[in-house]
Amino acid sequence: MSLSNETIKAKLSEKFGDQVSNFQEPYGLLTFESPKEMNLKVMQFLYDDEELRFQFLTDLTAVHYPDKAAKELAVVYHLHNLIDNIRIRFKVFTDINSPDIFTAIQLYSSANWMERETYDFFGINFLGHPNLKRILNVDEMDYFPMRKQYPLEDQTRIDKDDAMFGR
Amino acid sequence: MARPVRFNIHPILADTKDSISMVNMPEGHAGEGFFATKLSDVVGLARKNSMWPLPFATSCCGIEFMATMASHYDLARFGAERLGFSPRQCDLLMVMGTIAKKMGPILKQVYLQMAEPRWVMAVGACASSGGIFDTYSVLQGIDQVIPVDVYVPGCPPRPEAILDGFMKIQDLVGEERLRRRNGEGYKQLLESYGIQ
Repeated sequence: MSLSNETIKAKLSEKFGDQVSNFQEPYGLLTFESPKEMNLKVMQFLYDDEELRFQFLTDLTAVHYPDKAAKELAVVYHLHNLIDNIRIRFKVFTDINSPDIFTAIQLYSSANWMERETYDFFGINFLGHPNLKRILNVDEMDYFPMRKQYPLEDQTRIDKDDAMFGR
Repeated sequence: MARPVRFNIHPILADTKDSISMVNMPEGHAGEGFFATKLSDVVGLARKNSMWPLPFATSCCGIEFMATMASHYDLARFGAERLGFSPRQCDLLMVMGTIAKKMGPILKQVYLQMAEPRWVMAVGACASSGGIFDTYSVLQGIDQVIPVDVYVPGCPPRPEAILDGFMKIQDLVGEERLRRRNGEGYKQLLESYGIQ
């Protein structure tokens, strides 16, 4: 095992300086973030660098933090170095009023459907995506269901007996 | 030790005396060599004892339906021996299981492909009301897309409950007026679902 979390962190800090920040290692998984304009530059570096070689995108999703002003939506990339078998987690945060993030399709083809899913559920607008439309939900849906802005249950509903549903 | 071979040369004939049930005759006037009754009663009698169910099974209620169809509970006793897997041949749509919103248009299309007269039975909590899936992706009851005749509660319902629902359908079928499907009320019902 040549590649360690410290090496990755050092290389990233050397290349991007303050632009990459908030390094953490929960359960040994290196996690860091960068400004959202930098997401492609950082991933391109992670992909191309001869030592890092993070050339596989395992997962791409988003998280909604309603209480973080101007950083409500986080887009999370899980990258995998298949040669050294090391995974890292990379986050970018965006304002919910302008959820524009550059698409990662040029780097990782697997980002195509995962970005569609992230758009479907969180409304992240991936700039440059060739086919950004809903993938799982019905096309007529006019909201993004995984955002934490809806009550868990509609309290005004009368078509279900409250006693039967524990309300 | 090997089992002895039995040659079935003296088969025991099934004792069917007093164990075969026949449907009762409809009300009418009987005399020597003739019987007069209402046409709707005869048609209803024939229809209700030869239903062709179309199982639309998407989840665990479908498993209960398999038990209902099998020999132990035996839906064939009610004249529903023949399951049709083409909507064009069937007259009873049995919807069993969670119907996601994306499945809604498909369910409606299956309903539209069925010929009149057609009946619909919603089996289980999910098909009837969305059940525990009180969420953005699940249809909150199939009666939002197609008209339903009988709801069977349960999560999932026991085969007895499905049989009970089926017998309720039989009652509806047997008592249906011949002109109901041409009537104004039925037309309005379908129009409320956007069906011409």
